[in-house]
Amino acid sequence: MTPLALSDEILMTIDKPARYIGNELNMVKKDPDEVAIRYVMCFPDVYEIGMSHLGIQILYDMFNRREDVYCERVYSPWPDLHKIMKEQDIPLFSLETQRPVKEADFLGITIQYEMCYTNILQILDLSQIALYAKDRAEDDPIVIGGGPCTYNPEPIADFFDLFYIGEGEISYDALFDLYKECKAEGISKKEFLYRASQIPGIYVPSLYDVTYHADGTIASMKPNREGVPEKVKKQIVMDLATAPYPEKPLVPFIKATQDRVVLEIQRGCIRGCRFCQAGMIYRPNREKDIEVLKDYAYKMLKSTGHEEISLSSLSSSDYSHLEELVNFLIDNFKDKGVNISLPSLRIDAFSLDVMSKVQDIRKSSLTFAPEAGSQRLRNVINKGLTEDVILEGAGMAFEGGWQKVKLYFMLGLPTETEEDMRAIAELANKIAVRYYEIPKDQRNGKCQITISTSFFVPKPFTPFQWARMYDKDSYLARAKVVNDAVKEQLNRKSIKYNWHEADVTVLEGILARGDRRLAPALVRIYEKGGIFDAWTEFFDNSRWIEAFAECGIDTDFYTMRERPLDEIFPWDFIDDGVSKEFLKREWQTAREEKTTPNCRMKCSGCGGMQYKGGVCYEGKN
Amino acid sequence: MKVRIKFKKYGVMKFIGHLDIMRYFQKAMRRADIDIAYSEGFSPHQIMSFAAPLGVGIISQGEYLDIEVHSSKSSRESVDALNATMVEGVEVVSFKQLDDHAKTAMAIVAAADYNMYYKDGYEVPLTVDELHVKRKEFYELPTEILITKKTKKSEKIMDLKQLVYGFQVKEQDGKPYFYLKVCTGSTDNVKPELVLEAFYEFLGLTYEPMAFQIERIDVYAKDESSGQFISLDAMGEEITA
Repeated sequence: MTPLALSDEILMTIDKPARYIGNELNMVKKDPDEVAIRYVMCFPDVYEIGMSHLGIQILYDMFNRREDVYCERVYSPWPDLHKIMKEQDIPLFSLETQRPVKEADFLGITIQYEMCYTNILQILDLSQIALYAKDRAEDDPIVIGGGPCTYNPEPIADFFDLFYIGEGEISYDALFDLYKECKAEGISKKEFLYRASQIPGIYVPSLYDVTYHADGTIASMKPNREGVPEKVKKQIVMDLATAPYPEKPLVPFIKATQDRVVLEIQRGCIRGCRFCQAGMIYRPNREKDIEVLKDYAYKMLKSTGHEEISLSSLSSSDYSHLEELVNFLIDNFKDKGVNISLPSLRIDAFSLDVMSKVQDIRKSSLTFAPEAGSQRLRNVINKGLTEDVILEGAGMAFEGGWQKVKLYFMLGLPTETEEDMRAIAELANKIAVRYYEIPKDQRNGKCQITISTSFFVPKPFTPFQWARMYDKDSYLARAKVVNDAVKEQLNRKSIKYNWHEADVTVLEGILARGDRRLAPALVRIYEKGGIFDAWTEFFDNSRWIEAFAECGIDTDFYTMRERPLDEIFPWDFIDDGVSKEFLKREWQTAREEKTTPNCRMKCSGCGGMQYKGGVCYEGKN
Repeated sequence: MKVRIKFKKYGVMKFIGHLDIMRYFQKAMRRADIDIAYSEGFSPHQIMSFAAPLGVGIISQGEYLDIEVHSSKSSRESVDALNATMVEGVEVVSFKQLDDHAKTAMAIVAAADYNMYYKDGYEVPLTVDELHVKRKEFYELPTEILITKKTKKSEKIMDLKQLVYGFQVKEQDGKPYFYLKVCTGSTDNVKPELVLEAFYEFLGLTYEPMAFQIERIDVYAKDESSGQFISLDAMGEEITA
C-alpha cells in the first residue's frame, strides 16, 4: 500500500480524511518511476465536487490508456487542511502516488467557473510552484488549463504555461509526444512551449503581446515570435461513437455530488439561446450512437455498482433517440434496483409518462426554465418556450398528480423592463390558476410554485458578449420588483420566491470578460486569504473590492459598458468555430425581438458547419 | 436466505467511516452479482445490516454484515466474486448461510476484542513487567472500577469491572501492547480507548489518543445457555455448490 502524504495525526484531525487518501475503486495504479510522463489533473474545488466532473473522468481514462503516461488527480484541500499545510510547509500531493505535485511533468487544471480562480492560486501555492508562469523554474510542472473558462483565459493567462482550447480528446497525444521528444533532446521549457503553440488548440499566453488604447480597450494582440499562429482554433470530437469514454469510472468512498453513472448522450445544443455560452462554444451539436450508449450503460453500472444512472447533455429532449434510450434503461435496470435519474426534460406527454415510472410524483417537482417572464423578452434571448407550452405542460402534470413546480429565470437581461420583471410573478400565478382549475376533490391540497432568479452575466462567444451589466443595487432593485409583484398575485400563498446574491454576479461579470490586467488583483485577493470564493461561507466581497482598488482597477470598465461592435475583445484570438459575424447578427436580431430557428429547423450559418459533422450534416450523408 | 459476511479492514481504509463502508458494500454487492434482496416500497434498498460500527482510524480483522439473498453461489465463489471487486484494504474472509430464524448480528452483538499498539514515534511510558504489575492493581484487585463517560448530552457512571471482560498486557518485538475484550452493543457500549484512558489516569499519565493504533480482532455474541462468547463467524454454515 502506498504510504500517505499526510500523517495519521493530521488525517484524524481534519474533516473527511477520505478526500485525501485516494485508493478509490477503479483508481489507476502505475509505477510513477516507470512512466515517461506524469500528469496531475486538478479540479480546483473540494473533492466531492471535483470527483463529480465528467470531463476529468474521461481524460483520466484516456491518458492512462497510454502506457507512457500516468495521470493522477488532485483537488483543493479544504480550508482546515489548507491551514495545516501552510503551517507545516507540507507540499500539495496527488491522490494516486501521494507524491508532491511539483514533481510531475504536467499540472492540468480544469476551469469550470470564474469564482474558482482564487483556488487555482491556492493549488499553485500549496504545490510550492510560483504563481506567475514567468517566475517558474525549468523543472517545475508545465501548468496547463482547460475547460469552459478558457474561452476567455486572459484574466488568468499569466498563471498558466499553456491552455488547451476545446475538447481534450483531440490534441493531447500530440502534446505528450512532443513533450517526450523535447525531453529526450534536452530542449528547454521555453522552446517546448513554442513548439507546442504549433499544435492545434494550444494557446501559449507568453507568446502573445497585448497593447491597449488610452481608453483601456485592446489595441492589438499579436504573437511575439514568428510562426506562432494568430488564432487558436477550438478542437472538438466529431466521432463521439469511437471517442474514448470511461468504462470503469472512479467510485469515491464518500458521497460525491454526482454519486451515479453519468451517460453523456450528446455534446452541443441545437437551440441557440443567446445568453448561453455552452450552446455556442460546443457547436455543432453531436449525438452519440444509441447502441454505444446502451453498451456503456451496462458496462458502467457493472464496473461501479452505482445504484443510479443519469443522462448528461445540454438539452436531453433534443436527443433523437431519447425515448428508445430511456425505455431501454427502464426495461433493463429498473427491476435491479437501479434508479434512473432524468435530467431536466421538456415537459410533455412522453416525459411525464417516464417520470411517473421512475419518480415518486408526490415528492418530485416539475422544472421549467423560461429564463424570462414575458414573451417579448423570451424572444430577445431566443428561448423558444412559450406561455402556452408551459401552461399546457403544467396542466398535464397537475392532472397526473404533480403539485410542485420550479421556475428558473434570469434578471438583468438586455432590454429588460419593469414589465418583464413583473411578468415573472404573473406567469407563476397563471400556473397556480391552472392548478386550481382542477376540481377540489381531484387535487391534492395546495400547489407549490417556486420561482428562482439569478442575475445574467454576459459571456464571451455569445450574442450578448457586447451587452452591459448593472451594479449590485440595480440587481437587487430588480429582485424587489419581482418580489413585490409576487405579493400582489391572487395565488401569492402558493408562490415562493428566491433570488441570488448580487455581489458574486458583478465579480463573475468582471472575470468573464476581463483581460490580463486583472491577474495582480487575483493574486492580491488570494494573499488576503481568498479561497473557496464559490462557497458563500468563505466568500468575502470586501477582499475583492479592496484588491481591485489597490491594483487601480476600474471594475465598471468591465461590467457597465455596452461594447461597440468594433471593439477587440480579449478572447478574439480564439476561433471557436462560430463566426463573430453570426454573433453580431444575433445581437442585432435580439434587439429586434426576433427569434432564430434551431439548428434542426433551419441552418442560420453560424460557422459550425466547418467541422463537417453533427447536426449540420444530419440526413445529408 | 440469510447470509453473514466477515471482512477485514486495514491500511488507508481505516479513514473511511462506517456509513461510507455501508455504501461501499451496497455497490460491491451489485458488482459481484450477489443476488441480494431489496425492501419493498418506492425506493427499495438492499437488506443489509452491520454488526457494530467501527470508528474512524481503527483497523479490523473481524467485521460483519448480514444480508438477505434470493439465491446464492457457494461460499467460496461468493467470497472470490466479492474479493475480485474490492479495493486494497478491504478483504472478504467468509460468506456463510445463517439459520432462517437467526437474529441479525446487530441485534446479538455482545462483545469485541481489540489490540492496542503503540505507534512508532510515541513514547512507551513503562516496561512490560511494570505494566503487568500495574494492570493487576488497576483491573484485577478492585471490586469495581467506576468511570464517568461523557457524551455530548449527558454524563454516565460506568463500572468497567462489569463491562471489561478481559484486559492483558502483551509483547511484540520487545514493545508492550494491550489486549481488551469489552462489552459491545447498543446498551452498554465500551470503547477500548475509554478503558485505556482510565488505566492511564490510574498510572498518573495523560492518555494520548494518537499514540495508539487500535485493531479490532473479532466480534462476539453471547450464548444464552452457556454464557460463553461465540464469534459471529462461528454461527453460520458454509454454502456448498
